[in-house]
Order: sequence, then C-alpha cells, then structure tokens
Amino acid sequence: MKQFEEKILEVKNLQTYFFTDEGTSKAVNGISFTLNKGETLGIVGESGSGKSITSLSLLRLIQSPPGKITGGSILFKGEDLLTKTEKQMRSIRGNEISMIFQEPMTSLNPVYSAGEQIAEAIRLHQKLGKKEAWNKAVDMLRLVGIPSPEKRAKQEPHELSGGMRQRVMIAMALACHPEVLIADEPTTALDVTIQAQILELIKTLQKDFGTAVILITHDLGVVYETCDRVAVMYAGKIVEYTLAKEIFTNPKHPYTIGLLNSLPRLDMDQEELTTIPGTVPSPYNMPKGCSFAPRCAHAKKICEQAVPDLQTTGPSTQVSCWMFTPQWEKEYDAQEKVGV
Amino acid sequence: MVLPVVEKKVLLKVNQLKQYFPIKGGFFGRTINHVKAVDDISFNIYQGETLSIVGESGCGKSTTGRAILRLDEPTSGSIHFQDKDLLSLGKKEMRSTRKDLQVIFQDPFASLNPRQTIGQILGEALSIQNVVPKENRKSRIEELLGHVGLRPESMERYPHEFSGGQRQRIGIARALAVDPKLIICDEAVSALDVSIQAQVLNLLKSLQRQFDLTFLFISHDLGVVRHISDRVMVMYLGKIVEIADKKSIFEQPQHPYTRALLSAIPVPNPVQERERILLTGDVPSPIDPPSGCRFHTRCPFAIDICKSQLPELKISAQNHQVACHIVS
Repeated sequence: MKQFEEKILEVKNLQTYFFTDEGTSKAVNGISFTLNKGETLGIVGESGSGKSITSLSLLRLIQSPPGKITGGSILFKGEDLLTKTEKQMRSIRGNEISMIFQEPMTSLNPVYSAGEQIAEAIRLHQKLGKKEAWNKAVDMLRLVGIPSPEKRAKQEPHELSGGMRQRVMIAMALACHPEVLIADEPTTALDVTIQAQILELIKTLQKDFGTAVILITHDLGVVYETCDRVAVMYAGKIVEYTLAKEIFTNPKHPYTIGLLNSLPRLDMDQEELTTIPGTVPSPYNMPKGCSFAPRCAHAKKICEQAVPDLQTTGPSTQVSCWMFTPQWEKEYDAQEKVGV
Repeated sequence: MVLPVVEKKVLLKVNQLKQYFPIKGGFFGRTINHVKAVDDISFNIYQGETLSIVGESGCGKSTTGRAILRLDEPTSGSIHFQDKDLLSLGKKEMRSTRKDLQVIFQDPFASLNPRQTIGQILGEALSIQNVVPKENRKSRIEELLGHVGLRPESMERYPHEFSGGQRQRIGIARALAVDPKLIICDEAVSALDVSIQAQVLNLLKSLQRQFDLTFLFISHDLGVVRHISDRVMVMYLGKIVEIADKKSIFEQPQHPYTRALLSAIPVPNPVQERERILLTGDVPSPIDPPSGCRFHTRCPFAIDICKSQLPELKISAQNHQVACHIVS
C-alpha cells in the first residue's frame, strides 16, 4: 500500500447550485474530500450525480449564471481558490491544476496545429521564446507516445485519431508539470484497447512527475485499476469515500452495492443482473432525507426524514447512511414505501 | 447448464457479405476509392439464440447489422432469412419481410419522433405492417407497454417526458409490436447508466424467453456481451477474426486480437490478476487495409506469412472458429 501524506487539495463542504426557471438544482450539495500528493482519487457516479460539476467547480469553470458556487472552500496548498481573483485563477489553471476532458475534439481548436496549441499553453505560463516553446511541445508529444512527433505537431486535430487527440490533450495538460491533474472521463470516448494505452500512460506520467490525479468516471473497472481512493457520488453528495480496493471487496453503502451488482461482469457468470429499482430523483425535487431512500431496500422512516452524515466506519472509510449509525437498530421501519 | 442436444435451426445465413462505401473526389466527383467496411464475411444466426458482434469503432459491426436490414444496400454477397434471399427481394417484399426483422438503436433520443405520442409511435408500427386490426390496436399497445414495464397512461405522453431507460423501453416495445423473429440490437444499452442498463438487459432476456426471439446483439462492451450472448463473433477491420460460443471465447480466446481485447478491459476483481496484452498503435484505415492478415500491424505474435496471406476462418475446436495463421 502506497502512503500519501502531504495534502495538496482539500475540498470542504463544496456546494454548487444552478438557479434556473424550473427551480434550484443542487448539483453539488456539500461534498468534502482531500487529495494527497501523488495519489489518484476516483470520483464515480452515474449521469446527474454531480461528478463533472465537481471537477468544473474545482477550477471555477462553472458558467454563471445559471451556476454558482454557493458555499464551502477549496484549499489548494492551503489557499482557498474561491477567494482568488479571476486573474490569479488564470495563472493556476493549466499551470498548477490542469484538466483533460472527455471529448478531445471539442476541447482542441480545430484551426491550429496540435503543436501550436501546446506551445501556446507553455508560453502562457512560462517565459519561453516561440522556438523553445515549440520544441518543448514536440518533446511533450514524444513523451505521451506519439510516433514521429515533429510531423504530428504540425497537423491539425482532424488529422489525428481519437486516441492521438487524447494524447495531445494529455501532453498539453502536463506541459507545465501541474501538481493536480483533473481527468473528466478521459477514456470514455475511446475504444478499450486505446483506453488501456491511455490509462497506462497517465499512470506512468503520474509516477514520473508526482502529479496528483482526480479521475472522474462512470466505469468501476477503471477505478479499480487506476485509483488509490474513491468517492462514490449520488445525487450531488458523496455517499461512500474509501480505498479503491475496499469498494469492491467490502462495499458499504446500499447504492454502491447496487451499482456493483448491476454491472455485467467479464469475470463471472450471472443468470440475472440485480438491479436498483426506480431512477435517480429529479435535481429540482430532491427527497427530504437521504436522496437514495426512495430506491433503497433497507430504508426506514429516519431515512426519509433526515440526511445522514458521513460516518467513519473504518480507518479510511466513510459512509453516508443511517445503517451505520448507532441508533439504526432502534429506528422504526418506514410505514409505507415510496412508490418505486 | 447442460442443454439437450437438438438440431439447431438456421434463421439467418449470411454468405460472403461485402459492404463497400464509395469515396467521391477529384474533379468530376468520381469514385476514387472505397471504404471496405465489411469485407467478405459469412456466418449463421440460429433460431432462438443471441449472437453478439463485438469489436472496436470501425470494425464493421454496425454496418453488418444495417446490411442485414438493407438499410444500406450491400455491395455483394447473400443474406438468407428462412427461405428468402433478402438481397433479391423487391422494395415491397422487403418491407413486408421487415416485419420479422426489427432493430433497436443506441440512441433512444434520436430514434423516437418528438412530435408523436407513444401511442402514435407504436400505432404507426402496427398500421404499417397491418398486423392487428384497427379496433384492437389500442389494447395491443397497452399490452406492449406492459411487456416492457411501462404504465398504460404512457400512451398519451411524448418522448421527452421519459428518461433514457424508459425511452429505450419504448424502442423495445416498438420493435416487439410486429411480432418479429429477429431483433438487431445495435448498441442498445450503451448509452444507459449501469443501474438502468441492468434493468434493460434483464428485460431483453425475459422477452427473449417469452416470445422466442432471436437477437443479433451489436456491442463494444464485453461485460454486457458476456451476460447476454450464447455465441460471440469478434470483428476487426471488416473481417471476422473469431466466432465461438460464449464460454470458449471468454475462457479460451484464441485469436491474438480477441485476447488483447479481453485483457484490455479493466475488471474489478482482486482475485483474478491478469496479464495485459497492450496493443500498440491505432486501428489502420479501412480504405487501405493492411495486406495479409489485417491485424498483423498490431499483432505481437505476427510472423512472415501474416503479412502476405489472408488467414481463413477455420474450425479450431468444437463450436469455435478462428482466422489466424498462428493458431492453425
């Protein structure tokens, strides 16, 4: 087990709300986590769980209006990013904290060559001449495993394959040696054989540069193979926060268990998949208590009335579920189940 | 599970199917080249089974599905469904045959008309094929919605009022409406979240038992494929590289590409440590595919003959066919 001591990013009670005509959507509703130097934290969840909004909030990239970070703090090396000016943020983005998005085609500029775009990022943050920045861009492309980088640097994004574009994004994100890399579904749009290459690359580069990585994904297999710790999100909240291996051998929260059971597995035979009944609640109409209660087989009355806090259940495990509180045994069963 | 030995009945027979798409260019817009999306493949689908086609983007799996339905007109080859040669049918005959061949697409958002209610969408399918007399259509629609786990009131509602999983159920109901024999599921669960995906997969399985359906299941997700299939066909760059029953393909994959594909998938299993075959490079272009075996440019085991000679699909074990020089 690797040990990570030095905290680099600490998120406390982060809240990102969207104010729309339909009402207020609490997309991220009070989440806290820490990221240590050199480690990989996975954030998993299904569509609408708030995982991507979390990652955008960290870099203050939430479009306002309608979105707004309404509370909490994001401590990066001890300083709160939420109190920084826009100018200060700009010198942090892409320099100290970088981001890779799911769809490289939409995040690369179609009319500039791959090399120019990387060189631009380098020149923005470092005092380098045009020529030097270009050479560094070519070096970065070589580092991320692009064959004949001198030639590829001159090509525009549409001339590159999906896997190669994602490599260009990674080269750009790592060009300034950031301390934190946020990867939002970096391999979701790629084929599995290319996904394996890209994940391997991120792992190697992380080892070489000591970068801390936040990996946002819906794929539990990816979490298992790449992450040290993992936060499971559901309806804007972290429901389970633990070691990546723990979540597969010893999942605690009923949602995590449900998610694992509904996964068709490559390594075992299942006659029927166990499913989670119902669907995710609407963000405009969240249940009063635990947001998973309407779909939970164990729910008691208390679950429908109050939101459970994160309970520490092990040396590195926290679960947000009433089942793990001392008063659980004494609680009454729900009188009637909400229709699922 | 031990199945009684019965003679398997061929429902669909695909023979030497080719699907080339022309590339226009040059001064007069002449055809300058072809994308060889599917290049000479032959296989059977048996009554009542689920055959899956797996492979990465551009391997020709969706094209194969579309060619069977004649949504694209195949370049050459033959497709026999029961006794009919689908490619020789006229437009009218093909339309009536489509009653037996239905399709469920990946994107339930794009494949339902946003201006029609669910009742209209399903009613249209019934009226085109005229399988149910007009006066009974409403009750048939209610019955269909019941089969896919939706309430009868859904009939009056529009597609945007449903979630992704529910929309996919509507797509399934539409395919079921005309009592088809074969349903082609083209990435039917790929756009869904895992918890919803599991619900839809269970539904497909139970409908198959209930109505004796045959599925051609096209997917890139091998976990899903393992769950739903009886047999699996692996494609690479327009060619079949391996066909086998589910058990042997997952437990004894033989083609180097199948092995690499299986090993590339991250599996959350602490007991089963696997060795990963990391392929280098990208899939070559289907416009100008490599000579010989199409996989030789990325194959870690390639030998000289692979570069020059195309390997044929050969029986390597019971219910197992592989196209590889090294295996045979």
